[in-house]
Amino acid sequence: MAKGGARVGLTPEELIAQAQASFGDRIRAAHHDCGDATVVISREEALGIFASLRDQPPFRFNFLIDVTAVDYLGRDPRFEVVYHLYSLPQNHRLRVKIGVPESEPWVHSLVPLWKAANWLEREVWDMFGIRFLGHPDPRRILMYEEFVGHPLRKDYPVNKRQPLEPERDPIDVGWKFNV
Amino acid sequence: MSRGSLKEAAAPVARPTNRAAGFQRTSSKRIALPLEHDATEEIMSIQMGPSHPASHGTIKFNLKLDGELVVDCDVEVGYLHRAFEKMTEQGTWTQVIPYTDRLNYVSPLINNVGYALAVEKLCGIRVPERCEVIRVIMSEISRVTDHLTCLGMAANEVGAMTAGFLMIEAREALWDIVEAVTGARLTVSYTRIGGVTRDFSPDIPDRVHGALKNVRAILADCDKLLTRNRIFYERMADVGVISAEDAISFGLTGPLLRSCGVNYDVRKAQPYSGYERFDFDVPLGTKGDNYDRFLCRVNEIEQSMHIIEQALQALRPGPVCIDDPRFVLPPKQRVYNSIEGLMHHFKLIMEGAKVPRGEAYQAVEGANGELGFYVVSDGSGRPYRVRVRPPCFLGMAALGDMLKGYMLADIIPTFGMINMIGGECDR
Repeated sequence: MAKGGARVGLTPEELIAQAQASFGDRIRAAHHDCGDATVVISREEALGIFASLRDQPPFRFNFLIDVTAVDYLGRDPRFEVVYHLYSLPQNHRLRVKIGVPESEPWVHSLVPLWKAANWLEREVWDMFGIRFLGHPDPRRILMYEEFVGHPLRKDYPVNKRQPLEPERDPIDVGWKFNV
Repeated sequence: MSRGSLKEAAAPVARPTNRAAGFQRTSSKRIALPLEHDATEEIMSIQMGPSHPASHGTIKFNLKLDGELVVDCDVEVGYLHRAFEKMTEQGTWTQVIPYTDRLNYVSPLINNVGYALAVEKLCGIRVPERCEVIRVIMSEISRVTDHLTCLGMAANEVGAMTAGFLMIEAREALWDIVEAVTGARLTVSYTRIGGVTRDFSPDIPDRVHGALKNVRAILADCDKLLTRNRIFYERMADVGVISAEDAISFGLTGPLLRSCGVNYDVRKAQPYSGYERFDFDVPLGTKGDNYDRFLCRVNEIEQSMHIIEQALQALRPGPVCIDDPRFVLPPKQRVYNSIEGLMHHFKLIMEGAKVPRGEAYQAVEGANGELGFYVVSDGSGRPYRVRVRPPCFLGMAALGDMLKGYMLADIIPTFGMINMIGGECDR
């Protein structure tokens, strides 16, 4: 590729307009602050929208770059699950957000669409306590199984200590081998 | 000339097929799973790690073996979790920078730059040109040190100890420069919101040129020691293969993705910090195996050195920080000699620079792939949320699939080529 010859994808404004044209009311809100195209959708419709975003020609987001969450304690819905998508063929990025209430913290798992979702969603479960329905392997990932609570929630005290657990036999933790 | 052969592979984007002349590349060393015979009764469960002598980094593999064949592999990470993301919410925006040093601690400058760029995106700051060029130079030096560490350790682990220590020696030459510029070798904390802490001293360009000369000479030796080395080749080639589709689905980036032949480099696709001004190639592999990952990294070192040389040419005198009292500390002269300067300093240190309410995601090309920072501000002097998108975390997620069907001994080179850095993977 020549110097400065980056492929130019849709601008954030165009991307949002395309999303609104394709999904209509299913896009609950949108903005492009700081040049990042962002759309908000509801969790019930998420799987269909993500499948279209991955495969449909104007979008073709073949990379699930990141899945994370933000805890807006005191706001309703309390959590936001944040997905960052990137399209290699189109060279554009999109942020998709889903509001998740505190009382029923779940969203659908994206593992059927992207393999990257597996560990990223495990981390969100571990850190925020948000369940991913249909996740094939919903274990904690960074913390240990005996850990109580979800440390990145805003109401988890930063200086809280938990007792060390004795070493356990990894064969007995209930992980199923796919043999 | 051996140096020529390294460069030759870098110039065309594709890797020459008959690179290791004389060796037939077998179609695959992977054994198809599930096995045809009923092997379940002989399956053995073994834990490898978390403190295994050949895995640099604390990580555990829960393995199911049929003889020496890896039938299933569960990778367990998290041993180095230090609550990076929780800690970022406790201090000011500037106080996060020392934490970012401790993400990928082999190339801390790239983390510094990535975080600074993300916050600057949120604030709408464009740093002066000299600062951009300095950030490019320091990022590329870090990329070279990171690749040298990865390759040196991987070579060491498959028995090529000489090449390993040669690469560590080359890394040392570059870390001397990092030390001269930033004052530290690992915990550099070099960037600030809106600039860098200090300018290059006048002798730095000459020292960099000298160090690059050393690195090139050492790499030429390592090329002779490794690239056509039969043992090294047999250990690396056709091992840990992943297809391009799988690599994309797993969200792999960096050398892991490019070894599959997928051309994605953040520096090219979505240039930041003025990378569009520099001329460099993106080395691509074809097979997606460990040997291609090795070649991609070797060629990227040469490309990085090429960028450093261009950037040193492009370095013009000028400020290295923006001139904006909302973000940048006053000069010490003013702090010590005037009450306004002292108050300014005090307010910035105690309350932190106010970052406008909003959210931003900034990706940079880390040594292992796309390193992303997603920052959320509530308008105060403290971050509401800082999320790191760690490239090697996703590499580790794919590792289990890369290992299935290979031998137990293949775990070591494959894991080495992922270049898992505990600080970044576990945060």
